[in-house]
Amino acid sequence: MNLREREQKLKTSFPNSRIPEFPNYEIMKAINKIVSSAVPLNIENVDTDQIIPARFLKSTNRSGFGKNLFRDWRYENDDEKKPRPEFTLNDARYTGKILVAGKNFGCGSSREHAAWALKDYGFDVVLSSFFADIFKNNALNNFCLPVTVSDEFLKEIFEAIDGDALTQITVDLESQRISLETRDKKELKSAFEISQYKKTCLLNGYDDIDYLLSMKEEITAFENKPLTPNAI
Amino acid sequence: MKPKTLFEKIWETHVVKTIDEGPSVLYVDKHFIHEVTSPQAFKGLEERGLPVFRPQQIVATADHNVPTENQHLPIKEALSRLQVDTLDKNCKKFGVELYGLGHPYQGIVHVIGPEMGFTQPGMTIVCGDSHTSTHGAFGTIAFGIGTSEVEMVMATQCLMQTKPKLMRIHIDGRLHPGVLSKDIILYIISKISSSGATGYAVEYAGPTVRALSMEARMTICNMSIEMGARCGLIAPDETTFSYMNGRPFAPQGNEWNRSLAYWRTLYTDTDAVFDAELNINASDIEPMITYGTNPGMGIAISGHIPNLRDVEEKEKLSFEKSLHYMGLEPGMGIKGKKVDYVFIGSCTNSRIEDLRLVASFVKGKQKAKDVEVWIVPGSKQVEKQAHEEGIDKIFEDAGFILRQPGCSACLGMNEDKIPAGKYCISTSNRNFEGRQGPNARTFLTSPLTAAAAAITGRVSDIRELI
Repeated sequence: MNLREREQKLKTSFPNSRIPEFPNYEIMKAINKIVSSAVPLNIENVDTDQIIPARFLKSTNRSGFGKNLFRDWRYENDDEKKPRPEFTLNDARYTGKILVAGKNFGCGSSREHAAWALKDYGFDVVLSSFFADIFKNNALNNFCLPVTVSDEFLKEIFEAIDGDALTQITVDLESQRISLETRDKKELKSAFEISQYKKTCLLNGYDDIDYLLSMKEEITAFENKPLTPNAI
Repeated sequence: MKPKTLFEKIWETHVVKTIDEGPSVLYVDKHFIHEVTSPQAFKGLEERGLPVFRPQQIVATADHNVPTENQHLPIKEALSRLQVDTLDKNCKKFGVELYGLGHPYQGIVHVIGPEMGFTQPGMTIVCGDSHTSTHGAFGTIAFGIGTSEVEMVMATQCLMQTKPKLMRIHIDGRLHPGVLSKDIILYIISKISSSGATGYAVEYAGPTVRALSMEARMTICNMSIEMGARCGLIAPDETTFSYMNGRPFAPQGNEWNRSLAYWRTLYTDTDAVFDAELNINASDIEPMITYGTNPGMGIAISGHIPNLRDVEEKEKLSFEKSLHYMGLEPGMGIKGKKVDYVFIGSCTNSRIEDLRLVASFVKGKQKAKDVEVWIVPGSKQVEKQAHEEGIDKIFEDAGFILRQPGCSACLGMNEDKIPAGKYCISTSNRNFEGRQGPNARTFLTSPLTAAAAAITGRVSDIRELI
């Protein structure tokens, strides 16, 4: 999609907004349908310190965090030459663009580096039965789709991957459906929730800042209003 | 008029617009930034060719990645130096006031905000740091954001936010001697788990809360994020106003009186409705300690780690992994366990009141021989006060090391790391694996419980020592 098409789409998507000038920056990658095998991480409460430890936050760029994703679970004594064979990222059976994780994924620190690391490593989707608040926003802002399913469905996905590591999972954003076929040909299906606003953004490759920039005049007008009806 | 909660009163005055079936455009009054989560946001603005929209509403400091010794010397570690220098350059370029290393106002962002009077009731406050919830102690909506959102606020002073559900935690009853506000919040999190308040804004209310100092209230709000809450808040009252009066950036003169009149309207109306309510009896709370690798894994200091049979089936794997990391066994008590390090600091417990409490307990005592004790004040102002009050001398006599302000061993981003396998009693907010250094083991406690361990060299019940 070129810039003009993009502006046109933005106008259609948000008819009541003025459209900002788009400066020359890279267009983010829109996402829609992801079909892939998955990497299972059957651990609950995975915090962002595990996803990317603080000592790797010293970069002033957004890129290059993937190589340190789950650093201390991935390597023995912080040594890249000593991968822990039992950790899922080091298990050759598991590959793909989807990470399947236990509940309360992404809790703790607000570091967006966690979302950058996941995306940089190659994950377009994280599936869990529960996401921490800030992580969820950070993931969405980086076009890494957090998909929430029920505890039961999550268990079934883990079992399906256990039965066949190459189980293909389809995550369709447009229809908000997730589906997979188990080794014994059983089809598992579920719907997932996402705000319509965010869905539009993800499908078209917009980020929130595009929308907010289109609101500049309203924001300035808001600033000039008295603080509050309660204010004296 | 429909009765409103404190949260709703503040929220509604800051919504610029609400998208149908979508988030709201929320106006941000105060934006705190630091060296670790801002460089990519500034870079984003540069790439888009945008200025900072309201630079005077941003407060910048360097805290996460600064050394806590020899701050007058250039930072030794090249990447850390680059990050701190980048903040300096960005602030100059974009016209943002920086209270950087060496500045008398420098310190942990959530310590300096309140202490300088930047944080004021009724505000919306954000920062690229999850412990921004601290500022809620002043009756603000304050929450942590990611770097993309930092960029949005820099560019437009607004954020896209979905209104959270509302929870009230009502705390009544008298606290036992030796039990601090840190114990209250560790107790609450142990009851509702590290995800129990996800999706909620939590208001802390009740007589016990009203009786707490501002420092103690900040400790509670600070750890709201550790149960997943978007933010925590407490209605401002006379304690709040007297804390604020005269602070350098608080309103002065007539403006103070006008502000005060507004601030007095900031409370939850009788009959306002919450989505969830929780009642806590303060007298049920003992000094608390965590035993696992998330802040929800806490027990009373005299208690025992749960037995495996009492853990839910699907949580067993994570529970066992956690105890294995900590080198502990199900069912055991922690009291009496030897500790190697004591860290008193972080945005949770590094304020002057924390240091005074610790000093009053350790005065005339000596630290245990094989324990290393680091005290890291939250800000230059706290450090200065500690010197003025002779607290530094008490620490020195006890064998403690008083360092310079910063986040330090709370997250081990600078060189203040706990070595692998060692046990640290810490007044910070997170006991995650590797949080204080690769394979470091953390027990979260109150400053008094940490001080007790510093003296005895073991996990101790402060109630037996005071």
